[in-house]
Amino acid sequence: MSTILEVEKPLLELEHKIRELREVDLTGQVDLSAEIRQLERKAKLLKASIYGNLSGWDRVQIARHAQRPTTIDYLENIFTDFTELHGDRLLGDDPAIVAGLARVENRACVVFGHQKGKETKENLARNFGMPNPEGFRKACRLMRMAERFGLPIVSFIDTPGAYPGIVAEERGQFEAIASSILLMTGIKVPIVTVVIGEGGSGGALGIAVGDRVLMLENSVYSVISPEGCATILWRDVTKAKQAANSLGLTSEKLKELGLVDHILPEPLGGAHRDTAETFQTVKKAITTNLNDLSRQSPTELIENRYQKYRVMGRFREASPNELES
Amino acid sequence: MARFLDKLRKQGPKVARPNKKVLSVAQTEANWTKCASCAAVLRKKTLEDALGVCPECAHHHKITAWQRLEMLSDPDTFEEWDRNLLSQDPLGFGQEYLEKLAKDRTKTKLTDAVLTGRCTLDGRPMAIGIMEFRFRGGSMGSVVGERINRLLERAIEKRLPAVVVTSSGGARMQEGMLSLMQMARTSAAVRRINEAGLPYITILTDPTTAGVAASFASLGDVVLAEPKAIIGFSGARVIEQTIRQKLPPGFQTSEFYLEKGFIDRVVPRPEMRQTLSTILSLLCGGHLKNAKDKG
Repeated sequence: MSTILEVEKPLLELEHKIRELREVDLTGQVDLSAEIRQLERKAKLLKASIYGNLSGWDRVQIARHAQRPTTIDYLENIFTDFTELHGDRLLGDDPAIVAGLARVENRACVVFGHQKGKETKENLARNFGMPNPEGFRKACRLMRMAERFGLPIVSFIDTPGAYPGIVAEERGQFEAIASSILLMTGIKVPIVTVVIGEGGSGGALGIAVGDRVLMLENSVYSVISPEGCATILWRDVTKAKQAANSLGLTSEKLKELGLVDHILPEPLGGAHRDTAETFQTVKKAITTNLNDLSRQSPTELIENRYQKYRVMGRFREASPNELES
Repeated sequence: MARFLDKLRKQGPKVARPNKKVLSVAQTEANWTKCASCAAVLRKKTLEDALGVCPECAHHHKITAWQRLEMLSDPDTFEEWDRNLLSQDPLGFGQEYLEKLAKDRTKTKLTDAVLTGRCTLDGRPMAIGIMEFRFRGGSMGSVVGERINRLLERAIEKRLPAVVVTSSGGARMQEGMLSLMQMARTSAAVRRINEAGLPYITILTDPTTAGVAASFASLGDVVLAEPKAIIGFSGARVIEQTIRQKLPPGFQTSEFYLEKGFIDRVVPRPEMRQTLSTILSLLCGGHLKNAKDKG
């Protein structure tokens, strides 16, 4: 996958031109400082206009960016003592969901998230972050453990979706996701979910039923992949761009619909452009929300979580007269 | 099953070949139909009386939510709930979508993809939800989620067992993430009815896939399914494209998942009513005496 977005190209070309002019300028043979200043002003405006007007499809590209930080990057950079734990105790261990114990700002917690790879070999090993039932069941096992030890849970979301494979279906993908969702609605410890990249449908939601759902600015969260939507609605996969812009999968739209609680700002151009800054933002958001949630009793947590999801929907109630006509 | 067979015998031969010389084309189309599986030519009335089950090959044709209600409830006991909840177009997909909704309302005599309410079965009151595949492919949007939630909440309030018959291709795409979140809220309601100690039975019919399969459909205390219903998370086409090979025959059917341990029983349609009634009476054992219908 290209690491440069289509929309970024004019900016990168302009920056390249500025560098060239600078080199010529440095030779001292011609004074190009005025031209350089002018181009720099232009670049600044262009930057603001590009990153200020990213479409749903642009966001999909950033969210899928090969250099975008993954779950393990967050675990290693904002947590200490990360200790990975393996296996669902039933059948196997799913490398597409990484899970374990860790500490954030001195607070021990249970952590898990989808794990994508950064290059082909790692991606194959991680099944591109697409979980099998064993992944959801591993998360469930750890959530029950979190509850037993009173540890809060932090989940990271970054998957194209649950794996659509023969064996995954055979081992009850639908049941694994449903059971994980059901479990999360009743776990008596705080759950903070961070959408860090791609939130792909049921495979994402299976570990995303948080008390707080945070979303990095350029990440996406969707009921179906834009490609899948285009294929089903218009029988044309090339309309994925149109689908991405219609599905309302951006952080702003989801915040507006009341489906995510907070948007976490990213460095200009995406999380990968300044990972240190990104880690700092995410760490702060996680600790703030955990602190906040730790003040609630288990009963309050469960009740508030129920009410939070209870109101997610848009419909209207017609009058009896209207129905008869 | 025996009662069903007796009934069939009384009605006489099921498979008749229409005499084309006698019947006009219009009459043929009006009264006759072909089995979708074995292509036997059947009287429409015959197929309807047999609850949509082909007398030749036992293929279970899709039936409407209203037919299913009749099959699973005592006559004239149904009281519909939340008919006035209507889908909107929250993401602005446009007029075409709104028109499709209106068309499906007329076609199905329902106002969205699930019919909910209360009724009795062999005298026992219950809360019932029946999905309708002909309404936008049984897709789950905000209204389906809200109705399932209210159904289960009212069942808890009135101390009724709840039964949900599913038939759905999954989430309603035109509602985007709002539809995905219905998986979370319906599952949260299932947890509540579990905790209330009331039976929650699901009946999976063809097809029950994706978002509905991966939420309230598979979470029943008892999960029943009709024969040969397609069940699963990912659609067959998506799997075939991913793995680049054909799927084995019988993959993702009720019988397949019965064998894999994800379904309690595969129940032929003519036996469903009796099976459901028996299961409810057994699970309600502890509640029978104080299960006075408060509603």
